[in-house]
Amino acid sequence: MSQFLINQLGLYPLLVQALMAMLTASLILGVIAGGSVVFIWMERKVAGRIQDRLGPTRVGGKFGWLQTLADGIKLLAKEDLRPEGADALLFRIAPYVAFCASYGSFIALPFATGWVGLDINVAVFFVVAVLGLEVFGVILAGYASASKWSLFGAMREAAQVISYEVPLGLCVVIPVMIAGTMDLTKIANLQAGWFTNWYLFHDPFAFIAFFVYYTCALASVNRAPFDLAEAESELVAGFHTEYSGLRWSFFFMAEYGSMFLVSALGSILFLGGWNGPIPLAEWVFGQHASGLSGFAFVVANLLGLTVFMSKAVLCVTVMMWIRWTFPRLRIDQVITTCWKYCTPISAVMFVGVINWQLLGLPNGSDLLPHHQLGVRQLPGAVREGAFGKNQLMPQAQSRDEKSARHKEALPAPLHAVSDRGES
Amino acid sequence: MSTIPENTANTEVIEFDVRTDEMLVNMGPQHPSTHGVLRLVLRTDGEVVSEVTPHLGYLHRCAEKIGENLTPRQWIPYTDRMDYLAAMSMNLGWALCTEKLMNLQVPEKARHLRVIIAEMQRIASHLVGMGAYGLDLGSFSPFLYAFREREKILDLFEEACGARLTYSYLTVGGATADLPPGWLQKCEAFLDQFLPVIDEYHALLTTNSIFIKRCANIGVMPADMAISYGCSGAVLRGSGVDLDLRRDGEEWYTNMYDGYAFEVIVEKEGHYPNDHVYPPVPPEAVLGDCWHRFYVRMLEVRQAVDLVRQAIDRYSAASGSYGEPVKLAEKLPAGETYLETEAPRGQMGFYIVSDGSPIPWRVRARSSCFCNLSVTSELCRNTLIADIPAVVGSLDIVMGEIDR
Amino acid sequence: MGEQNLVSRLQAKFGSKILDVQLDAIDPWVEVSAEGLPEVCQYLHDEPDLKFDYLSCISGVDYFEPDPKKAAKLIGKPRMEVVYHLWSVTHKSSLVLKVLLPRWKGEQEGSLPDVPSVAHIWRTADWHEREVYDLSGINFTGHPDLRRILCPEDWEGYPLRRDYQMPLEYHGIRCR
Repeated sequence: MSQFLINQLGLYPLLVQALMAMLTASLILGVIAGGSVVFIWMERKVAGRIQDRLGPTRVGGKFGWLQTLADGIKLLAKEDLRPEGADALLFRIAPYVAFCASYGSFIALPFATGWVGLDINVAVFFVVAVLGLEVFGVILAGYASASKWSLFGAMREAAQVISYEVPLGLCVVIPVMIAGTMDLTKIANLQAGWFTNWYLFHDPFAFIAFFVYYTCALASVNRAPFDLAEAESELVAGFHTEYSGLRWSFFFMAEYGSMFLVSALGSILFLGGWNGPIPLAEWVFGQHASGLSGFAFVVANLLGLTVFMSKAVLCVTVMMWIRWTFPRLRIDQVITTCWKYCTPISAVMFVGVINWQLLGLPNGSDLLPHHQLGVRQLPGAVREGAFGKNQLMPQAQSRDEKSARHKEALPAPLHAVSDRGES
Repeated sequence: MSTIPENTANTEVIEFDVRTDEMLVNMGPQHPSTHGVLRLVLRTDGEVVSEVTPHLGYLHRCAEKIGENLTPRQWIPYTDRMDYLAAMSMNLGWALCTEKLMNLQVPEKARHLRVIIAEMQRIASHLVGMGAYGLDLGSFSPFLYAFREREKILDLFEEACGARLTYSYLTVGGATADLPPGWLQKCEAFLDQFLPVIDEYHALLTTNSIFIKRCANIGVMPADMAISYGCSGAVLRGSGVDLDLRRDGEEWYTNMYDGYAFEVIVEKEGHYPNDHVYPPVPPEAVLGDCWHRFYVRMLEVRQAVDLVRQAIDRYSAASGSYGEPVKLAEKLPAGETYLETEAPRGQMGFYIVSDGSPIPWRVRARSSCFCNLSVTSELCRNTLIADIPAVVGSLDIVMGEIDR
Repeated sequence: MGEQNLVSRLQAKFGSKILDVQLDAIDPWVEVSAEGLPEVCQYLHDEPDLKFDYLSCISGVDYFEPDPKKAAKLIGKPRMEVVYHLWSVTHKSSLVLKVLLPRWKGEQEGSLPDVPSVAHIWRTADWHEREVYDLSGINFTGHPDLRRILCPEDWEGYPLRRDYQMPLEYHGIRCR
C-alpha cells in the first residue's frame, strides 16, 4: 500500500512512512485497549464464576459485556489526584512509561504470518527487553508518589522483576535455540503441522521449560501469586496506591497488556503460535499458510489469528484462574522461588535441550507419521539443518533461500496490517 | 576527598556509613487487612519490621458508659455491636451474667436453644475468620465461599429473630422468641450440606502449600506467653493450652453444656482430637504459630456442627417453654458478679455491679480480642511486612469488641 | 479448694495487707491494700497450688453519686474500686481481688489515686491498666507505658467516673 501511495498519489516517502507507522501504531493500540477491555471483563466473569457469583450482568444487555467500558468512562470522569508531596513530573509520566513499555513490545509481536507491526529478526530479544522496561514505570510511580506503601511496592517490583528476568530469559532462549532464529514469525512457522511439532512437545526438557516460562511470566507481569508490588492486604495497593482515574487505568491497561503479551509470546515460542493442532491449511490449500498468497492467504491467516488468539487467551485465563485460587507468596519466598528453583531448573532445561539436539535424539515432530505434510514442506525449513546430524548451525544457503522465498510469498508486513485495518 | 588530611598518605580504606534508615509506617486505621479500624505503627528497615505499636480506640462507642444508664435487657443491643460477627454469643454472655446476678435459671428448652444458636454463631463467626484470613494472605475466593455458607446461617437466624447481624435474640431469661416451626429441619439440612464444604476449605487453605508457607512457623506464641497475655479462644488453644470454658468455666456457664459430648480442640500429646478425620498437621508447622491458630478454628467449626446436632435432638425432646424474657425494667438484686463465656473469639467476660435498682451501677465488658491483640507487638517483632497481616489475621480480631 | 482455706492462708501470710474478705458474695472477693497488691498478686501467681496465672479482667468502678438527692441510695461512701478477676488455668479456679481507693489522691480534685501496677506479673495487665487509667482515672505506678488507650491521647477527663462531664467541644467538634 505504501508503494501505491508513493507511486500513484505522489506523496513523499517520508510522509507515507509516517502515515503507515501511525496506522500500525493505532492498530496495536486498538489491540491493547480493546484487549484490556475484554480481559478486564473476562477477569471479572472468571473471578465471578470461580467465586460462585455471576460477575457483571447488566451493562450492555447480556453478560455485562460493556461493564469495562462503563468503568472506563467512570475513571475518565474521576478527579485526577496527586499527593501534595509527590514529584509532579515523575508522578504524571510514570503510568505512561509503564504503558509504553507494554505497548512498545507489541510492535514486534506477530499475530499471524506477516501480520506484525515491525518484522524484525530479533523480535524475541526485542519483546523481552522492552517488556522489561515496564518496571521503570512502576518504580517511578512508587518513588514519585511520596507514599511509603508505594515505595515498598516499587522496591518489591524492582527486586522481583529483575530477578525473574533471568530464568525468563533462559526459558525464552530454549525455543530460539531449537528454531535457530530469533524471528518470532519464523519460530512460529517452524512449528507448523501437527501439534507434535510444537516446541512444547519437542523434548521433555522443552516441555518443562514451558511451565517454568509460564511461572516466570506470571512473576514478571506481577500476577498472583506473585502480585507483591500491589499486594492489597499488605501494601494497600502498592505502587498505584496514590493513583486515581485515568492514570490509574493506564497501569491497569499496562498490566493486562503485559499479561496478554507474555501469554502470546509463550504461545508463539512453545505452543505453535498461529498453527492449529492439525495441519488444516496443508490439507485445504496443499501448503502452509505462509506459502499462500492473495485471498487464500488472508483466509488462512485469519484462521491462524483465531487460533493464536485462542491460545493466548487461554494462557491469560489460566493466569486468572491461578490468581483467584492461590494465596500470595511472601517477598523472600518469591525471590527464593526465582533463584533457588526457577533459575537452576531453567538452566538445566537449557543444557538438556542443547544435548538433546546435539545427540540428535528424536523430537516431537517424529511422533506422528504425517509430519512431512507439515514442517518439511515449509519454505527452506531450518529444522532439518538446525543442529541436525553433523552440523551445529543451519546452512547459510538454506537460510537465504528461505528468506528469499519468504519475501516472495508474503506481502510486506505493513501491507498486511493495513489491509486488515481496511477490511 | 577533602576530609582526608593531606599528610596521611596511607592506603587506609575509608569506611562509608551504609547503615539504612528506619522508617515509620502507619498501617491503618484505613488499611485493607487491619480488620476494621486498627492502627499499627510499624518501625521498618526495608521489609523487616522491628517494632509494632498498636493504637486502638477508633471504634470506641462508650458501651460501658451507656450500660450505666440502661437496664440489662436494654443493653442487649449494645452487646450486639461489640463482636458484631458473633452477636449471639455477646447476647448470651451478657444474659448469663445478668441471670447469674439474679440467680435466674432458664428452662431446659431455653438452654438447648441457646446451645444451638451459640454454636451456629460459632460456625458463622469462624467462617468469617477463615475467609478473612485467606484474604489477608492474598487469596480472595475462600472469603466468598465462606460468606456463601454464612449467608445460610444468617438466613436461619433471620427466620428465628428477624435480624441478620445484630440479633438481640438471646436475652435475660431465655430468648425473645421460640424457634419457628420447621427451623430445626432447615438447620439440619444446612449442616448436612455444610460438612463436605469444610473439606473444600481445607483443600483451599489449610493444606495449600503456599498457605502453609505463609503461616507455618510465623508468629509463634509459646503457651506461657499466651497465658500471661490473657489470650483466649483459638489463640490460646493454638498454643497448646487445654482450656475451653465450655468445659472448664464457671458452673453457671458449663451447666449450659451439661451432658454434651465434645472434645476440646487442642493439641495434646502431639496430636489433635481424632473424633473425625482432619487434614494432617504439616511438618513445617510449630505449635503456637499462625497455622495452628487457624487450624484450631477450622476444627472448631466441625465440633460446632456436632454440638448443634446434639442440641437439636435435646431441644426437640425438651418440653416446656423457651424461657420468658424478664421485664424490661426488672429490679436487680444488689451485688456484683463476673462471668466469662466461650465466645467464638475467646473468653468474653461481663462484669455487672448493681445497687439494687433496675439499672446497673456499672457494667464492664472484658473483651477477648482486646487481650488477644495485645500480643501483636510481641509476635510481630522482627518479622517481614507481609507477616503482619498473617499474624494479626490469625488472631482473628473484631475491632468492635476491642474498642467497645 | 475452699475459699475459706485460701483466705486464711492469705491472711496468715500477709496479715494487715488483707483488709476485708467477703465470702458470701456471688463471687467471693478479697480486699487488698494498694501497697500490698503486687506482693499478694505475685504470691497468688507463683504458688504452685494456687497458680492464678491468668488475669481475666481489671475493672475500675466509681462509687459516687453527684446528685445529692439520690446520694442516700448510694452503696457505701464515695470511693474508687479496682477489681481484679483472676483465674487459674491449671486449677480452673477463680478469685476476685479488690483495691479500694479514694476518688482523688489526698481528696484533691484532679490528682489521680495510685495503685501499683501488676503488669510485670501478668502481661494482660498492661493494656487493662491503661484502659482503667483512661476511663476511670486511676494511676498505676510502675506501669511501663501508661497512656490512654481507647480515648484520644489529648482527651480530658475520665469518662467512666460518675461526675464526668462530656466536654462541650473537642478540636472544634461539638460534643453535646
